Amino acid sequence: MSILDVVTLILLLAGSFFMLVASIGMIRLPDFYTRMHAGGKADTLGQGLIFLGLVVYEGFSFISLKMLIIFVFIFIANPTATHAVAKAAYKGGLKIWSRDNNDSG
Amino acid sequence: MKFILTFIALLIFWFMLSGHFSVIIVTSAVIYALIAAYFTYNYFLEDISFAGIKRIFKFIAYLPWLFWEIIVANLQVAYIVLSPKMPISPELVETETDLKTDYGKTALGNSITLTPGTVTIEIENSKILVHAITKEHAQDIKNKDIEKKILRIEA
Repeated sequence: MSILDVVTLILLLAGSFFMLVASIGMIRLPDFYTRMHAGGKADTLGQGLIFLGLVVYEGFSFISLKMLIIFVFIFIANPTATHAVAKAAYKGGLKIWSRDNNDSG
Repeated sequence: MKFILTFIALLIFWFMLSGHFSVIIVTSAVIYALIAAYFTYNYFLEDISFAGIKRIFKFIAYLPWLFWEIIVANLQVAYIVLSPKMPISPELVETETDLKTDYGKTALGNSITLTPGTVTIEIENSKILVHAITKEHAQDIKNKDIEKKILRIEA
């Protein structure tokens, strides 16, 4: 195994870990808004790390360039989408969960 | 001028994606870049000036800090999600921003979403509504650290 393979492996594993955390967060967190935190952040970094891992594996080529472009788009699109969904929920009148009124959770 | 720059950028982007240079592909690249540039040149480049180019470099200099914050954010989310007690105390925070341009506000909103414990819910004119996952993160938003950094880029 060359050093690049090791770097790829570490990046892919870290990316998978954050994707897993995002999924667990979706199930465990109590309400919509807190789930957005898991979906909006852990997903972004998880996908980002997986793409970076693939770029390192591929080396410098057209394919890795395209993957870098996808990586940039995800970094712009994911928080924007999170914001759009959160705004829709807020406009729809969804109350936030807190320790005091946790009956809705 | 704007139109030509947009056209060239789109053309470069096309060749980056395709990587082929046969006659038919180059011809269609030129045609589609012309069509796309016609529809988008007013939004793609807001102003072409020395200050605008300087702003791009300032924004690139801002990115490493943002990436670091994103990693911290993810480790915190991982900690919150995986700890059995789930230490959260969600809160809505409303602040004002001094940012003027739409680009600045977009950058601020997305930065808030990506940094630890906070998600932007709404930006309207100069009011920002943020959902913070704990009280400490709500306090971070009130301190306006991110906004100060982006203000420096916008200036």
